[in-house]
Amino acid sequence: MTADLRTTTGESLYPRLEPLLAQIQKPIQYVGGELNAQVKHWDAARVHWALMYPDAYEVGLPNQGLMILYEVLNERSDALAERTYAVWPDLAALMREHGVPQFTVDGHRAVADFDLLGVSFATELGYTNLLEALDLAGVPLHAVDRDESHPVVVAGGHAAFNPEPVADFVDCAVLGDGEQAVGDITDVVGAWKEQGRPGGREELLARLARVDGVYVPRFYAMTYAADGAIAAVTQTRDDVPEKVGKRTVMDLDEWPYPKQPLVPLAESVHERMSVEIFRGCTRGCRFCQAGMITRPVRERTITGIGSMVDQGLKATGYEEVGLLSLSSADHSEIGQLAKELADRYEGTNTGLSLPSTRVDAFNVTLANELSRNGRRSGLTFAPEGGSERIRRVINKTVSKEDLVRTVTTAYANGWTQVKLYFMCGLPTETDEDVLEIADLAVEVIRAGREASGRKDIRCTVSIGGFVPKPHTPFQWAGQASAETIDHRLRVLRAKINEDRKIGRSIGLRYHDGKPGVIEGLLSRGDRRVGRVIERVWREGGRFDGWSEHFSYDRWVAAATEELAPFGVDLDWYTTRERTEHEILPWDHLDSGLDKEWLWEDWQAAISEDEVADCRWTPCYDCGVCPTNGTEIQIGPTGRSLLPLTVV
Amino acid sequence: MARQPDGPPPPPTVQKLRIRYAKRGRLRFASHRDLARALERALRRARVPMAFSAGFSPHPKISYLGAAPTGAASEAEYVEIGLSVRCDPEAVRAALDAALPEDVAVLDCVEAQEGTGSLADRIDTSVWRVELPGLDPDELTRAVEAFLAADVVTVAKRTKNGLKDIDARPSVTSASASAGVGCAILHMVVRQGTPAVRPDDVLAALAAVADLRPPLPPRAVREAQGRLDDTGTVADPLEPDRTAGAPDQEAHATV
Repeated sequence: MTADLRTTTGESLYPRLEPLLAQIQKPIQYVGGELNAQVKHWDAARVHWALMYPDAYEVGLPNQGLMILYEVLNERSDALAERTYAVWPDLAALMREHGVPQFTVDGHRAVADFDLLGVSFATELGYTNLLEALDLAGVPLHAVDRDESHPVVVAGGHAAFNPEPVADFVDCAVLGDGEQAVGDITDVVGAWKEQGRPGGREELLARLARVDGVYVPRFYAMTYAADGAIAAVTQTRDDVPEKVGKRTVMDLDEWPYPKQPLVPLAESVHERMSVEIFRGCTRGCRFCQAGMITRPVRERTITGIGSMVDQGLKATGYEEVGLLSLSSADHSEIGQLAKELADRYEGTNTGLSLPSTRVDAFNVTLANELSRNGRRSGLTFAPEGGSERIRRVINKTVSKEDLVRTVTTAYANGWTQVKLYFMCGLPTETDEDVLEIADLAVEVIRAGREASGRKDIRCTVSIGGFVPKPHTPFQWAGQASAETIDHRLRVLRAKINEDRKIGRSIGLRYHDGKPGVIEGLLSRGDRRVGRVIERVWREGGRFDGWSEHFSYDRWVAAATEELAPFGVDLDWYTTRERTEHEILPWDHLDSGLDKEWLWEDWQAAISEDEVADCRWTPCYDCGVCPTNGTEIQIGPTGRSLLPLTVV
Repeated sequence: MARQPDGPPPPPTVQKLRIRYAKRGRLRFASHRDLARALERALRRARVPMAFSAGFSPHPKISYLGAAPTGAASEAEYVEIGLSVRCDPEAVRAALDAALPEDVAVLDCVEAQEGTGSLADRIDTSVWRVELPGLDPDELTRAVEAFLAADVVTVAKRTKNGLKDIDARPSVTSASASAGVGCAILHMVVRQGTPAVRPDDVLAALAAVADLRPPLPPRAVREAQGRLDDTGTVADPLEPDRTAGAPDQEAHATV
């Protein structure tokens, strides 16, 4: 830990940080002052939140979740929220040398001064960065070593649906949507402070454990059976719930955040603003954790979206707006929305875009409409599986003919770059399933050249290794080994290169299978995995999402040594297929999905049986709506975008 | 046949504005690219009617002149923008100033006048002020004297192609030392050229000739840019436009 020279709580560390900034790479990421950032008076707020995205600033700044909570909290008069990001090793070394602790970029206040440290985990590969930040902050790594002077460390984001691997390091985890949960937590912490912190940290955490959607790991004990599996999860207090449910924001129009999106000076991974057009997805893709844990579908209305786009553009000066969701073309009024937005911004050099979409000819029409005004970049489709058979297994059915026809339509409409996303290592997959990706790409180029009359069209095939995730039908699946993934990618590359005349128009982008194995360990791990994470961090592991920092060998060595005393190993967590009644580390965390339904859907996957979307067909009893008292919220509303007042 | 963008070509540039701005405080850590991005977004927020390049990927017409290095503050950065609708330069200055972060100040905006030549031709020299916290001013004075007395001072400069030896001496046309609060201050006039000699290079040169080792990182401010005349003065590069443009009888749209 670093020597701490501060005297006043909430004091700015900037004067001590500034000389260090002159000696490092990209100092702009640490100075704050982004457009729409805010620094509130420390003493005016009762509850202070430091919000962390545990990756580099350029990745973390555009994160919508963090931006939403930052604004929601700062709108409260009794709360203050500032942001902090993972510090690169060059600055971290100088901070340790000069005794400068982990700081927020807004007020440059010490993270240790805050009441809460909220950490948003979009991916498990941020876990070592949490440990680094805690250590730089001077906050004890283990939750049990903290007292009431330390911040309460709260995990959120999709990875928080199985926080067990970081259970020793966080004080609590929030399941589901954060907008309302952070308000409830603020109320609890504020009241406890005002009452003079009765009962110390234990009492505060007990109160938090009674907040809907908040899980406090220390109040749940794990025991393990001889075969290594969990024997039981038991509550250590009788006033905490047996199962912790998730939070669901039902009316997105009531939460039009971010209203004032942050605009960095530094370059970030998304040089655009985003508007979330709906939340949740019931397409039922079996690999997709996001689609499973964010149910049901809740649409923002067309008018709500229109005003967020308008206000956001005025507040930021961005020239591109992404219409964000898990499957944006599924919005019930997407056609009208695309047309009316394109009409509205005609001639203003404003671009509109959709993230990767399902393979559907309608999506080409949509993309044509959206690109009317701005730059026509590439189009991305996500067939995910190489063969029709494997696409039935993952429940993302599209025929080969439809796929080729859709992509050909895109080329015929003047799009010259098409990107196709696939996964490798899916359950039941064979080499043949993956090799079909090559056939598809070749046929797409052949048909595309013919339809467009151009030779310079390109198709980029982007492949990710599949990692089974908690709360999905594939949570029982054995993960493909790194060797399997690497082998399949090798044969695929060879096949694409067989015909150079076509192959030169096809790009292949992929990573080797190793990082996926570690992601798999962290995704489906239990509390015993925490020792592996800590060991890796102690040996220098940081920024595991970055190939230049990730060390597979370090992870494997740490896993081997730390897990051996428990009689389990890396394979046990990754390539091993689970049995139906094994207690999974996240069974006491309730996404609303019925475990029996998940198992049935897993069996259906193996039998290559499909499930239809419950928005347009009868309910198939996944369990989410009755468990949480929620329902599907979709249009059409029948409304149109109001014309903008001329400025 | 080559593909053509749909729709009519973008409107032409009808007016060019030349702008001087400052980067101060925390934003001295902004790179040229960071500032360029901020400027483009601020122009959109301020609704300045920019002219755009033609093609599939239209870009606003902005030309940047040599930017101060990351980490250095500046009171004299220059940029030229092309507009599709004539505007009052002062209104553009004020709107842009309001739309930019607090630590970027738009100080001056003049209309480029026909026949006065390019802005780039009016800038060949920088005036620098470098604060050296914790350094004894007398020590700096001695180092500056040693530097000025030398004919050649070779320093290693980090370039795209690795370290390269350059002579830092000829670019520095004058240099002196003074005392500030808790620091020594290096004042210098440096010609711009290739390879560029930046404050860090001069400090490396002072280390080479007099073993000057400031205890803390320097804080450099570019105070002015312009053309160096025979008297050793750096002229205001916007002056020719100001002189040629006055009196201004043309009507302007407001921003």
